[in-house]
Amino acid sequence: MTENSAPSESVIASPSGVRLAAKLVGSTDTRSPSELPADDVCLKVSNLALFYGSKQSLNEISMRIPRQRVTAVIGPSGCGKSTLIRCFNRMNDLIDGVSITGRIELNGLEIHDEDVDVAQLRRQVGMVFQRPNPFPKSVYENVAYGLRLAGKVPKSELDDRVEWGLKSAALWDEVHDRLNDSALGLSGGQQQRLVIARAIAVEPSVLLLDEPASALDPISTLKIEELIADLKTRYTIVIVTHNMQQAARVSDFTAFLYLGELIEFDSTLKIFTNPSESKTEDYVTGRYG
Amino acid sequence: METSERLPQEHRKLFRERMNLGVWFKSGEPWVWLTATAVGTSIIAVLGLIGIIAVKGLAHFWPADVITFEYESELGEQQISGEVVQRERVPRAQFEESGAGRAIDISGDPTRLMIKSGNRRVNPPDFRWIYTHDITKQEKQQDLITFERLEWGNAYGTIVELRQDGNAVSTVNPWRELKKRIGRVVDLRRQAKSIQNRSIDRINYKLEKLRLKQRKRELQGNFNTSDLDWQREQLNQEYALREHELNDINVELDRDTVVIAIAGGRESVIPLKNIVRAWQPNAMNVFSKFGHYCASIWAFLSEGSREANTEGGVFPALFGTVLMVLLMSVLVTPFGVVAAVYLREYARQGVFVRLIRIAVNNLAGVPSIVYGVFGLGFFVYLVGGTIDSVFFQAAKPAPTFGTPGLIWASLTLALLTVPVVIVSTEEGLTRIPKSLREGSLALGATKAETLFKVVLPMASPSMLTGVILAIARAAGEVAPLMLVGVVKLAPTLPVDGNFPFLHLDRKFMHLGFHIYDVGYQSPNVDAARPLVFATALLLVIIIIVLNLTAITLRNRLEARYREAMN
Repeated sequence: MTENSAPSESVIASPSGVRLAAKLVGSTDTRSPSELPADDVCLKVSNLALFYGSKQSLNEISMRIPRQRVTAVIGPSGCGKSTLIRCFNRMNDLIDGVSITGRIELNGLEIHDEDVDVAQLRRQVGMVFQRPNPFPKSVYENVAYGLRLAGKVPKSELDDRVEWGLKSAALWDEVHDRLNDSALGLSGGQQQRLVIARAIAVEPSVLLLDEPASALDPISTLKIEELIADLKTRYTIVIVTHNMQQAARVSDFTAFLYLGELIEFDSTLKIFTNPSESKTEDYVTGRYG
Repeated sequence: METSERLPQEHRKLFRERMNLGVWFKSGEPWVWLTATAVGTSIIAVLGLIGIIAVKGLAHFWPADVITFEYESELGEQQISGEVVQRERVPRAQFEESGAGRAIDISGDPTRLMIKSGNRRVNPPDFRWIYTHDITKQEKQQDLITFERLEWGNAYGTIVELRQDGNAVSTVNPWRELKKRIGRVVDLRRQAKSIQNRSIDRINYKLEKLRLKQRKRELQGNFNTSDLDWQREQLNQEYALREHELNDINVELDRDTVVIAIAGGRESVIPLKNIVRAWQPNAMNVFSKFGHYCASIWAFLSEGSREANTEGGVFPALFGTVLMVLLMSVLVTPFGVVAAVYLREYARQGVFVRLIRIAVNNLAGVPSIVYGVFGLGFFVYLVGGTIDSVFFQAAKPAPTFGTPGLIWASLTLALLTVPVVIVSTEEGLTRIPKSLREGSLALGATKAETLFKVVLPMASPSMLTGVILAIARAAGEVAPLMLVGVVKLAPTLPVDGNFPFLHLDRKFMHLGFHIYDVGYQSPNVDAARPLVFATALLLVIIIIVLNLTAITLRNRLEARYREAMN
């Protein structure tokens, strides 16, 4: 974590740091998430702890993730970023030996309740993974996959929603003439946008992005970032990234995780210009990580 | 000048380096040689195997020249016509010790020929050895004819006269006339066979059904059989009609005979109805020989066997083998796949599952005859016997399913091959990237939906690999089959025109067992030997074709999923 964080470092070091940061940081929302009215909270996490067997990976995490904003989760490798967001759609259920305590409320409803249908939850909380993982099917079938799962949809409606999904993911123009070709023939960046299209086609309310651009080239990364900016008007987005410039560019709020603990969660502007915790400052300035 | 003086020295140095064994070993070159030799030996062994089988098997169908020999023997001057099937040198010591040969005035080892002289009925034996030094004269008679007969093997001779109803037929060209009349006989035989198969067999089948129906009623205490009697009467009438037709054809078949002169100045009368084919091998050119060759191979593939399997074709065995393997694949694939899915996807991975997995792997190593014994005890007697007593009470005491048959053979082989399908399917399932499963689950798919829509399609190449291995093992298996359904001679194919068309309870013939039977149980070893090679070649080809089909299918599926696997 040296080259990437160099600009951020200069942000802090320069006397005109705040002005520069305002240019660099996508959002100027300076409210702290804890000040948000309850209506604006999409995901409310309280005292969340997670154990792999006897090893604790997340420790007493409480945070309020705001609706229709981009929240970035940053932190050094192995700090539990991915584990945290995988709690939000209960993907950790799939791993043997994981136990979770604490509460996670999605729009006021506890997701661990017994009467919660996990499949239904995952339809509401879409997820995009680090490496593009399109199914070995056609472009069309990839986007239609989630829609077909929800039940039988007439062909015309399916067509419309696939088109809408691909347009929302800014991929339609590139693939509209090869919808029936294998999705594996697309470039890495296209595949990742296809996966995003696939996720938003089922119209979730939350979109979890787990390092969505880390396997992509700079131009594809840029496209994904632009897409995120577009999508946040409709979805609550939580993005895990180890690239702090990216966090600064795309997010409104930033959470800093260190060794399974939530060190600081505040507006991105504050985290990158005037963090309250010294650990945060050390991390965003590249002193360790 | 200077260089030429230095050269020998340089050479010596180079030579020393080359000869340094330590360096040579370190370079890894011996290892390359060793591995390459192993590969080369394997290739030579496999090619040699297939080559020998192919040459020996395929040569059988070539219309060999028939040579007329005159030779000296203890019995004096002899004459014989036949095909040379083998030529070998006899060590002189052995020759002299045996005392069988006469004193010879040549130096070195004598050579003897095996002659297939045919005419088994009038001039046995049909295979005999003669020493080349005994031969005084040999010639190829242009008008010599080879007759392939339904009984008694081949006959060789020249036409003396054609007879119709016992009277000589006068004709300018007896050979052409003979061929015309053989054509007529072939047509008549075909008609007779069609009446036999289409009508008589069907009527017999219906009569048997009626008998079972009546027996069933009797068992239920209902002795009113008037409707059945009426039906039976109808069938019997039809039967009499068909039998009459058949008799007419048989009379027609008996009309012609041919008298031939065989070597040694004797004559033989052959009824034409007994002739399969006749040809003049010495008068044929390469092209007509090739045509005959192809026709012979086709006959081998498409006809049933004759003369205790030493003559004729292998169609019933070919059919039985392919049908049994297909049935086995249909049974083993779903069973193995489902078992593998449970073991890999649903079962909690622990000691118990590990034990099961070890057991499954070991199951693949159990000798196949053990499966045969199990199949006989469990499938045939227990399952089949139970089915009989529940559903086929009327047929008792004759067993229907409680006796070896196609379904039990297929099930036994399915059991034999299920471990390979389980193992390779499991391997396929573990290779599916976690990211794809997660991608599906994250879209709100349940585990079962993920399994059916993403995981199983992607694992299909591995399943097919399992099926390929299963086929390769099953098609070559003979030992267990002898206990659970394969017979030397099956009267009917397991598929015919009578409902339900596929008769799973029937016994069937199998190429593997056919090879064993022809090779070791045959009353006429010399006549059967080429058939052993031809049948073995056919079995190898079938296995290769079945495998290639499955491999092509798998490769196409694999190509579709390859990129997603990385």
